[in-house]
Amino acid sequence: MSWLLALPFLVPITTALVTFPARGRRYLSSGISILGCLITLGINSFILFLVEVHGPQAGQMGDWPAPFGITLVADRLSAVMLMISAIVGLCVALFAISDINKKRVKLGFHSFFQLLLAGVSGSFITGDLFNLYVWFEVMLIASFALLVLGGEKIQLDGGIKYVALNLVSTLLMLTSIGLLYGLTGTLNMAQLHISMAEVQNPVAISTLAVIFICAFGIKAAIFPLFFWLPASYHVPPVAVTAVFAGLLTKVGVYALIRTFTLIFPNDLEFTRDILLGAALLTMLTGVLGAAAQYEFRKILAFHIISQIGFLVLGLALNSPLALAGSVFYMVHNIVAKTNLFLISGTAQRLTGSYELNEIGGLYRASPLLSTFFFIAAFSLAGFPPLSGFWAKLLLVKASLDQAAYFVAAVALITGALTLFSMSKIWAEAFWKPHPQEHCRNLYSLSGAERYQRLLPVALLALITLTLGLVPEPFIEYSLGAAGELLQPDDYLRAVLTDTAH
Amino acid sequence: MEGPLAVVVGILIATGVYLMLARHLLHYLFGLVLISNAANLAIFIAGRLTRASPPLVPKGQEAPQIIVANPLPQALILTAIVIGFGLLAFALALIAQAYRELGTLDVDSMRIAEPVKPKRKKSP
Repeated sequence: MSWLLALPFLVPITTALVTFPARGRRYLSSGISILGCLITLGINSFILFLVEVHGPQAGQMGDWPAPFGITLVADRLSAVMLMISAIVGLCVALFAISDINKKRVKLGFHSFFQLLLAGVSGSFITGDLFNLYVWFEVMLIASFALLVLGGEKIQLDGGIKYVALNLVSTLLMLTSIGLLYGLTGTLNMAQLHISMAEVQNPVAISTLAVIFICAFGIKAAIFPLFFWLPASYHVPPVAVTAVFAGLLTKVGVYALIRTFTLIFPNDLEFTRDILLGAALLTMLTGVLGAAAQYEFRKILAFHIISQIGFLVLGLALNSPLALAGSVFYMVHNIVAKTNLFLISGTAQRLTGSYELNEIGGLYRASPLLSTFFFIAAFSLAGFPPLSGFWAKLLLVKASLDQAAYFVAAVALITGALTLFSMSKIWAEAFWKPHPQEHCRNLYSLSGAERYQRLLPVALLALITLTLGLVPEPFIEYSLGAAGELLQPDDYLRAVLTDTAH
Repeated sequence: MEGPLAVVVGILIATGVYLMLARHLLHYLFGLVLISNAANLAIFIAGRLTRASPPLVPKGQEAPQIIVANPLPQALILTAIVIGFGLLAFALALIAQAYRELGTLDVDSMRIAEPVKPKRKKSP
């Protein structure tokens, strides 16, 4: 069992090692990278299946019994996150064939990309806080490299801001983990759930909770801590931005959800207030920032922030329905967000710019791309029957259940503003004629490139449509995941008693 | 012994923050180095300081027979030092390359990614 749970990060690491010597051959290394993604996808679907049938799965590395060794755990939340990150990895690897130029491939793009996926998978599957820190670092170093790979001026400028602020979050995380160890004597998350209940020091627990919010909050880009994101997300090639947008901030939210459901006791009222306030302000500032922008990718980058607010909102409301909303929203958002960035890349390829004022005419030139954009964008804005509608419905319903009418109102206003900026992109880039008549259509691209660009976009759009048109099984699954988060008995049993092998 | 070391951690963090607030990127990096060491020291203190033997288990036993030093914080710090060193080396290389390309290390004048005046042409 333990080896199976290690595979989601062992396969990408192996792929990274194999692609490195092949980096001089562009198509060979892309092929290996895609093959690695396919294998990971297969393994992750098997883990999802196992978790769904048999409940949470745990594996002890090196056969050290639970609170002492490194534990890998997959419960419903981990399993679905692994699954969706494998899908995003595959789509971006496909898109990267045409989007990443030869120079960047030669510098080792695919190795860093696979290491990033390994870091993300490792963070999702680990059951140990220090191990989580290590996987965060793997992910962080790979993302640093991807961000500045190619070394253009704008990349270095954006990269410095990204590196500077993320290093601060790393240090905060390390400090808080050290202090938590001092308080409880363990770093195994399941053991921490038990040990924290016995700690008679509310001041220390509250202090730690706030440091954890700051540490993971920087990674997740919540309200006062998000400034690194719009400064850096538009500088690398769009395939890199797409995988960042899909996965990196969500790992921060995942860590927040994990620590605040499992480790910190539920009666910490004031952290809920902090999270709730941060969530509302994140939603609003993100979407207002997006409304002020006139560059395709910058609008999308600010939207990432706004939607992180929704994810944290589910955690702050802390009811089964709200957490289920968070889980569903996370899956929907990863798919839609990645897709929008991939579409923006193709739009730039066809029109020649990301500035909305300098482009246009996409609707006439390529109706197919416009349809995909329509699906992803209006799903993000929460239009029925697309996936974003159900995600928002769950969260709004959860806040109304708690009589938090203000929260529901902010969520709805954010939805309306999202629609406003999405229709801005629609009107400027798709409807309006191109100012210099430079808009090419999809058939001006070579056949291979057309498929490399459209296949991942179509796949992600299909997932969005499926989530939207057949939501019941996915909502059911999210409710199951939320139940496991709020009642972690199965999780604890899997980690702390599964030593017989 | 915990008391004085805690004070040292405090001084390191205060100095680090002071340096990081400077507009110069190298100062920022040096501040980061200090805080990173402070974090490691904090973990070390959190693992309780003991003047005890190395954590060795006699042959045939499952647990040490005498009071031993806690090996876990040392393992954690060792990992953290290695990771921190890698990150700082990367950051230093990045700063050097940025200086070569951009010609400055003053954070306020680095505005290529976020121009003060965004490109905004009126569409006809």
